[in-house]
Amino acid sequence: MTIPNLRIEESPKNVVSASDTQLDITFDQLKKLVSPRALTGDNMLLNMGPQHPSTHGVLRLLLELDGETVINCIPDIGFLHTGIEKTAESKTYTKAIVVTDRIDYLAPMICNTAYVGAVEKLMGVDVPLRAQYIRVILNELTRMNSHLVWLGTHALDIGAMSMFLYTFREREMLLDIFEMVSGVRMMSSYFRVGGLWRDIPAGFIDAVRNVIKVFPDKLLDYEKLLKENPLWRERTVGIGVINKEDAIAWGMTGPSLRGSGVNYDVRKAMPYSSYDHFEFSVPVGSNGDVYDRYRCRVEEFYQSLKIIQQALDKLPSGPVITDNRKVAPPPKHEIAYSMESLIHHFKLWTEGFRAPEGEVYFSVESGKGEFGVFISSDGGVRPRRVHFRAPSLCNLQSLPQLSKGCLIADIVGIVGSVDIVLGEVDR
Amino acid sequence: MGLEQKLGNMGVVTMSTEKAINWARTNAIWPMLFGLACCAIEMMSTQASNYDLSRFGMELMRASPRQSDLMIVAGRVSRKMAPVLRNLYDQMPEPKWVIAMGDCASCGGVFNNYAVVQGVDEIVPVDVYVAGCPPRPETLIDGILKLQDKIKKEPLNKWQ
Amino acid sequence: MEQTAEGFAATMTPNLGAAVLAALGDCLSDVRVFRDEVTLITTRERIVEVLTYLRDAQEFNMLIDETCVDYLPKEPRFGIIYQLYSISRNIRVRVKVMLSESNRSIATATGVYCAANWLEREMYDLFGINFEGHPDLRRIMMPAGWEGHPLLKESAVKVEEVAFSFNRERVEANKPRAQE
Repeated sequence: MTIPNLRIEESPKNVVSASDTQLDITFDQLKKLVSPRALTGDNMLLNMGPQHPSTHGVLRLLLELDGETVINCIPDIGFLHTGIEKTAESKTYTKAIVVTDRIDYLAPMICNTAYVGAVEKLMGVDVPLRAQYIRVILNELTRMNSHLVWLGTHALDIGAMSMFLYTFREREMLLDIFEMVSGVRMMSSYFRVGGLWRDIPAGFIDAVRNVIKVFPDKLLDYEKLLKENPLWRERTVGIGVINKEDAIAWGMTGPSLRGSGVNYDVRKAMPYSSYDHFEFSVPVGSNGDVYDRYRCRVEEFYQSLKIIQQALDKLPSGPVITDNRKVAPPPKHEIAYSMESLIHHFKLWTEGFRAPEGEVYFSVESGKGEFGVFISSDGGVRPRRVHFRAPSLCNLQSLPQLSKGCLIADIVGIVGSVDIVLGEVDR
Repeated sequence: MGLEQKLGNMGVVTMSTEKAINWARTNAIWPMLFGLACCAIEMMSTQASNYDLSRFGMELMRASPRQSDLMIVAGRVSRKMAPVLRNLYDQMPEPKWVIAMGDCASCGGVFNNYAVVQGVDEIVPVDVYVAGCPPRPETLIDGILKLQDKIKKEPLNKWQ
Repeated sequence: MEQTAEGFAATMTPNLGAAVLAALGDCLSDVRVFRDEVTLITTRERIVEVLTYLRDAQEFNMLIDETCVDYLPKEPRFGIIYQLYSISRNIRVRVKVMLSESNRSIATATGVYCAANWLEREMYDLFGINFEGHPDLRRIMMPAGWEGHPLLKESAVKVEEVAFSFNRERVEANKPRAQE
């Protein structure tokens, strides 16, 4: 049987020539999006990106300006479209874990959790408690990692250069921990369906405890630099305001939604991976401006540290991967004497496991918002369709509303405050 | 205008001049501030506190292609981005170099699909390929040092 | 796969399940429950009505996700999936519409949830689904001049032959290279 999905395209018809630089919008389409004054030339149309230092990647914005005031903002995305969903369809359930790292490359472990969680839900597999706790620890470290990059680049955009150097210094501590468990700094792929790749190495606990010990001081430094800084407040308070109702209607999630005063956090609303075993609060803002979104994220650092502390204290012993041999490989030593284990091992590495027919949606709280995975299975070893619900896409969608009427210099602050990562927007 | 053209017109070639200019080119490369995907984050790490790229005379990242010599293609290049990337390359003044950072930029990496250009060498000529997904900052620094070696040995008749 | 109205009612808290079934009974062609997730299956004609009811009467105020599944070789071929969430009640529900291969168009949900805007553009781009009444229906991920819809099952995944030692020379020879 030939699988049409795995065929190689013989003569690709869509070859992009290097001289092919086009504005991806026709005049008729543009007419619907901008005001009539832009067409007569009274308002200026300004192109920002895709190569721009403050768009956090390859975002392109078409801005209609009246003097310095932004009348319309038309985002153009897709410059980092990677076809991850298509690639995930062509791989077995286990192999597709690798591509999920590259969706939100600032929080790869959270993407892994969402994907393996969805497959576990589809398969009906339980995860051992120890594995769940380790996932929580790594998820929270990843959230801090994501927020550190956000804080550094957001402050850099607004003009606070030193924040970038501080946050990237602290980020190395977290990357060292990821490297310790998985061997890679960023694209860890440490989680497996049913548990973890292997148990945490010696020294992991000490390294994480060190993070908990060191971080509060560092956070204090960040607060001293920004929290009451008049320049920072001038650039963030009252800028890019969105109210509760609009934020919900645009499908915003995560700190961007909570900054507007809506208390919605997937970790609290629908706890996964034993998040209900830990005490923590969800920081909520009130004004829905850039400053409140900044506060929400910074407060999350403290909550993450609190969760990690509890998870370390309560960390149970036991296995880190399920003993369900249909999804998890048997331990190596078992293969030597058990024929059945050998067969399981062989089946898992050659064919993969078959999932029951059905559709599941599983979501987790990423650093940006609700990261969801929708899997449609046809009963085979490969999913029929994998769709990733990207929080950044929905958050970015509200940008035209956030930026209406602001000054052009505030655009970078607003883009920074919704915390997009283009890998996730475009997938 | 410049030393190269003047010398070329006079027909005078000395090893020491070649060396002198190559030395100058080597140690003041201005990379373009241009990140695409995951590798861009590691590129930022390379410039930040722990790895400090400025030790190699390369701390000055320019946001404009008109002011930069080196393009570090950090990340996967989509079909939509490819013309933009070529356009940026064309805007850079000579002499210019390209580093393909990471597996996606070098050969497409894990993404052998409709959306990703299978190696940025389809779009722009590449001088150094840096492997890794994403490469560690040390790897990128090694790639940059390799490029510096290459520039040092660049013969006169290859000067642009 | 369970397909009972009772199972649905039990999952969605009894009152709500009964209310939804009573109000939308004639709109729904099927109700499915799988792994405690409820899917309401409706038709192309009634989708806006169903979404409006769920938003206004049942407080499903958030469109979390909207996507498309290509069920080739089944017919009807496409499934449009709406993933709704209610913040106040903390429940999720999925609404699904099946579209046949010959008629790939459906009314837009942007009038009900503005979050549908880019999600529908993405489906238009990657699956070729036409959303009637969408305010700005154009490609979002692929370049404007792109031909075809890449996420359809008939389009291939791999574009380049993987090079091994036996075919490396041929692959390398066919690879396009940039000029200075």
